[in-house]
Amino acid sequence: MSTDITDAVELTGSSVAPYSPENPAPVIEPPRARTKRTPRSSRTNFEMYGWLFMRLSGVVLVVLVIGHLLIQLVLDGGVQKVGFAFVAGRWASPFWQYWDLAMLWLAMLHGGNGLRTVINDYAEQANTRVWLKTLLFTAVAFTIVLGSLVIFTFDPNIR
Amino acid sequence: MPAGTLYRGREGMWSWVAHRVTGVLIFFFLFVHVLDTALVRVSPEDYDKVVATYKTPIVSLLEYGLVAAILFHALNGLRIIAVDYWTQGPRYQKQMLWTVVGLWILLMLGAIYPVLGHAARVLFGS
Repeated sequence: MSTDITDAVELTGSSVAPYSPENPAPVIEPPRARTKRTPRSSRTNFEMYGWLFMRLSGVVLVVLVIGHLLIQLVLDGGVQKVGFAFVAGRWASPFWQYWDLAMLWLAMLHGGNGLRTVINDYAEQANTRVWLKTLLFTAVAFTIVLGSLVIFTFDPNIR
Repeated sequence: MPAGTLYRGREGMWSWVAHRVTGVLIFFFLFVHVLDTALVRVSPEDYDKVVATYKTPIVSLLEYGLVAAILFHALNGLRIIAVDYWTQGPRYQKQMLWTVVGLWILLMLGAIYPVLGHAARVLFGS
């Protein structure tokens, strides 16, 4: 551990002492710092709210998803019991309808924002990023709309 | 060979890699899972036919993998929140990662019977 730090300092080829609170490293300008030339339209806190959303939705999803896994995969015979009749029984209660609705929206938005980050990290060309994010947005919107409709238009007497 | 850092090749980097990989896997499962559940609006028979594949031994093993991915992502996500918001979080990030791994192993041992029990009975007889 300590040798690692020594090596890292030697790599700089400088003879000054290692950085410390008394001898702080030089401040590096953030690559996306806002300047006067930054367009007004991008001067929002979108990324900060995205960051905050990942943490808030994450905490709620831990409860919703682990509860879902317990019900579907562990309790009362595990996945073997799941079928149309089981779904009908659970969605007869508004509590489980809203549980599943909250899980659907939060998980899709949490996962969608996560994949947006992954695309921004690995797709190097601006064109590729636009297309991948358009595809992602379409898939997320489609899944949220479809899932919400299925939960609230469910008909136990469909046949 | 570059010198090591506090991050590269260590617990911080590998937990980030695992968090990203499990997150992407869970996202793609979620997409498929909403589509298969949407079959309840088509007909009970179609839904039950597709859900029957979820009950086969091979897919049970995949479900065990899904549970593994979700539990790691959940526990490590709580660790990330602790690193961000708890004043002592960054100091204890390594210890918290090994706590996450320990809890994850315990929960995965507990999930063997409920998730894989039926598959074992099918394959090896009860």
